[in-house]
Amino acid sequence: MSIDTLEHSATKPGRSVGTVTTLKEHIVEIISDSGEGAQRCGQSLGAIAARMGNGIWTTEIIPAEIRPPARSVAGASGNRIRIGSNYITNGGDETDLVVAFNEQVLLGRVRARELKPGCIIFLESMWRKNPDLNISMAYVEAYERLVAAGYRVLETPMEAQCQLLNADPKRGKNMFALGMLCYIYSFELDMAREQIALTFGKKAQAVIAANVELLEAGYAWAAANIDFRFSIPATPATQPQIVTNGNTALALGVIASGMELCAMYPITPATSSSHYLSEVFEKVGGIVHQAEDEIAACAFAIGASYAGKCTITITSGPGYSLKQEAIGLAVMAEIPLVVVNVQRGGPSTGQPTKVEQGDLMCTIFGSHGDAPKVVMAAATIEDCFYAVITARRIAETFNMVVVILTDASLSSSQQPFNRPQFSETWLAPPVDQSPIPEGAKPYDWDATTGLARRFIPGQPGGMHTVTGLAHDRNSHVAYDPDINQESLRARSLKLAALQKTLTPPEIFGEPSGELLIIGWGSTKGAIEEAVQTLREGGCKVGAINLRFLQPMQPGIKEIMQRYTRVMTIENNWSDSPDEEIIDADNRRYSSLAILLRSRYLVDVDCWSEVRGQPVKPSTICRVVLAKLAK
Amino acid sequence: MKSSATDCLLELYDEQHELEDYQSGVPRWCTGCGDNAILTAVQRLCRDEGLRPEKTVFVSGIGCSSRFPHYMKTYGFHGIHGRALPVAEGVKMARPDLTVFVNTGDGDCCSIGAAHWIHAIRYNMNLTVFLHDNQIYGLTKKQASPTSPIGTKSNTTPRGSYLDALNPLAVTLGVANASFVAQAVDWIPESLYQIVRAAYHHKGLSFVRILQRCPEWLPKSLDPWMHDTNKVQLLHHETSLQLSAGLSKVYKNQLEHDPLDMNRAREIASSADVCPVGILYQNKDIPRYEETRQTGVLRTTETVRRGFEAELDKYTV
Repeated sequence: MSIDTLEHSATKPGRSVGTVTTLKEHIVEIISDSGEGAQRCGQSLGAIAARMGNGIWTTEIIPAEIRPPARSVAGASGNRIRIGSNYITNGGDETDLVVAFNEQVLLGRVRARELKPGCIIFLESMWRKNPDLNISMAYVEAYERLVAAGYRVLETPMEAQCQLLNADPKRGKNMFALGMLCYIYSFELDMAREQIALTFGKKAQAVIAANVELLEAGYAWAAANIDFRFSIPATPATQPQIVTNGNTALALGVIASGMELCAMYPITPATSSSHYLSEVFEKVGGIVHQAEDEIAACAFAIGASYAGKCTITITSGPGYSLKQEAIGLAVMAEIPLVVVNVQRGGPSTGQPTKVEQGDLMCTIFGSHGDAPKVVMAAATIEDCFYAVITARRIAETFNMVVVILTDASLSSSQQPFNRPQFSETWLAPPVDQSPIPEGAKPYDWDATTGLARRFIPGQPGGMHTVTGLAHDRNSHVAYDPDINQESLRARSLKLAALQKTLTPPEIFGEPSGELLIIGWGSTKGAIEEAVQTLREGGCKVGAINLRFLQPMQPGIKEIMQRYTRVMTIENNWSDSPDEEIIDADNRRYSSLAILLRSRYLVDVDCWSEVRGQPVKPSTICRVVLAKLAK
Repeated sequence: MKSSATDCLLELYDEQHELEDYQSGVPRWCTGCGDNAILTAVQRLCRDEGLRPEKTVFVSGIGCSSRFPHYMKTYGFHGIHGRALPVAEGVKMARPDLTVFVNTGDGDCCSIGAAHWIHAIRYNMNLTVFLHDNQIYGLTKKQASPTSPIGTKSNTTPRGSYLDALNPLAVTLGVANASFVAQAVDWIPESLYQIVRAAYHHKGLSFVRILQRCPEWLPKSLDPWMHDTNKVQLLHHETSLQLSAGLSKVYKNQLEHDPLDMNRAREIASSADVCPVGILYQNKDIPRYEETRQTGVLRTTETVRRGFEAELDKYTV
């Protein structure tokens, strides 16, 4: 039987299984209209794979609108799961296999060049017989074009099969698809049953049973009708793993950091972190305050931090811009504060659901005047968790603002990581609560480090008025030239003091050679994967990922000097040197490249793109090979 | 028990504070500026109520009024323009044990910080908010503010301001959860003190608009109200403020007003011919946001650890 004619085949139990192809990795997508459950199907598949011990990276496919019209090219909603034998560090390249609930959402993915040539497509077949001629003709046309383009399109009667179970296909098709995929990828059905029980844990037993029935039907149908199967051998982790997305990891980090307050204002793609925190924070005595605007959220956090409880505010680009003045106040008054900027496409409203690394410069240099603050970047889902704990510690030790940059990709992607081992030291506030000695000054800046003890309201003898105005050691408003010079010096030196505690970045790949790639944030996985591929092809390439952007870790210049060339790979704007009117005098470099060039006086080149998607490892390989060939 | 009754008395005596215990520095306001009258009333309040300086925080924004915390020997937070209220909310949420006052001006509160003003009323946190309203921008040297009467000549409105003034009392009374709205004037110290004191004792956000003179930029604007005692209408009620013999003698225009009567409060707030002075509205039953949000969870390392592990369990594969 040809696998292309599944539509007309009947279920034949006990049919012999076709060949099982062993793969190193595969990328699977499940896409549908919004609300048809493809997200849940994909997340469950990812979790099942992780339970099997596979490496995974899941990426949400999110339409820009809440309810895009049904069957629209721009309306694809779903999930993309990269499953591998080994640990997976990024979303990878193009997709190998797709389950699509209609042909229009599929066309959207084709146009975005997200599918690999020859990709296997399971396409819901019911549209072929739709009484609306417009729909059936659109389906046939798309089907024929896809086949002509070389895709392996398998028309699949998912809806019809669900109806056989008297299930509401609008709600149940996703679990049927999950069953199919479990069969195809040789996942144990028991694992899937457990996952469904976990996912629907809060709901009635009947709901779980109905979903399990659909899962099993999908599995049985695939066993009877599909004559190929894949196996991606797993290397189970030695430690317990947790699977979350970056925003959940952030929220878990807030709980673990010992912070008690989070002030926020809704903004995509940061908000889901606060949704989760709102759900659970109160159980440990924490509060999420939804302020009237971004400025108020930041000012509220500063007020709470000032009063002795280091507070976090979580936002995205436009919200970050609004907070800038208040952040400057926290810098000036030396009030600890943790700010998270889940970066999205900019400028202005930009691409709210898409990834970009465009906020580095405004984070480091934003706020008027010299406003030194610490800037960190999370590179992995796990980093999103630990960065919050580190940030709170730095904020309260140095009385500084610490900004954590993550992005839209990290926010919604899932990846397993070692289950964190709770430590009591995470909670302890590094605040001196001993009595304030007679005559002590609220800004008694240390001559070497710029550090000063902070007095918290309630502490007798520490009364003073903090101010955003220039002030002396007593926090008295002062316009004296020497005092201004002294206070800016102190606030700046704190960054150097922190820098002295940092360690050099670790090199991935060749420790010296032809090219060093420097990245920051979520591009880490893709860059390292590309480096690995390039090394296998004989290129002497290494990479570093900078966790701290301000201050920068020590040893970077020394590392750069070991390579013939250095470049950054970033997900933000830079002018291509190939443009007709671009030359050395006017080329605008990527953010990190500018920072590295100015700090180290090294001719750091850059390559970047702003396609709203994570940079793919294959793209990086192409870019590097072209560069090395020059 | 080691301490005797005398020891306790001595300790009590030690906790007695004098006015000087709340005074810090020499105010840099102009001679005749209404801010001085407010400072005097508030320092007196602190002394009379025996507020512990280390447990008291004055939060302000930017403007002449917002220099206020620098002149109090308590904790203070002189922040950025328009954002005094959200800062104060953060302080109160983190530390309900602190007594928090807010000093804000007509530009700070009614213009650049107007969004926060509306929402602060709605949160109804236990804050005492003084709106120092001199109807002009002073620190930036005479620009019309939202409360400048129409026709006010200023550096940005040299031919007179174009818009009717915003009425802070009417606005506040229009917001859900308003729980204490009063008006005071800087030139009647006795009533100013009485109102400031009532505001301090109110549990919830007490909003006091204080009409104050700006001798530098609008020296005559409040003259009609000051010079004709009949134009000041003193509000009193058996459940609220009572008038002293001295006040009653000077200010004959008096109105008995029940502060629970919102409709009447709104009418009084909108009076054009008289300047109402007293408590327009007070409702002690409106919930305080910081209390509503209390989780009731005793936060210990163990609670956090248990909660955290329970969450990790959900995500463990």
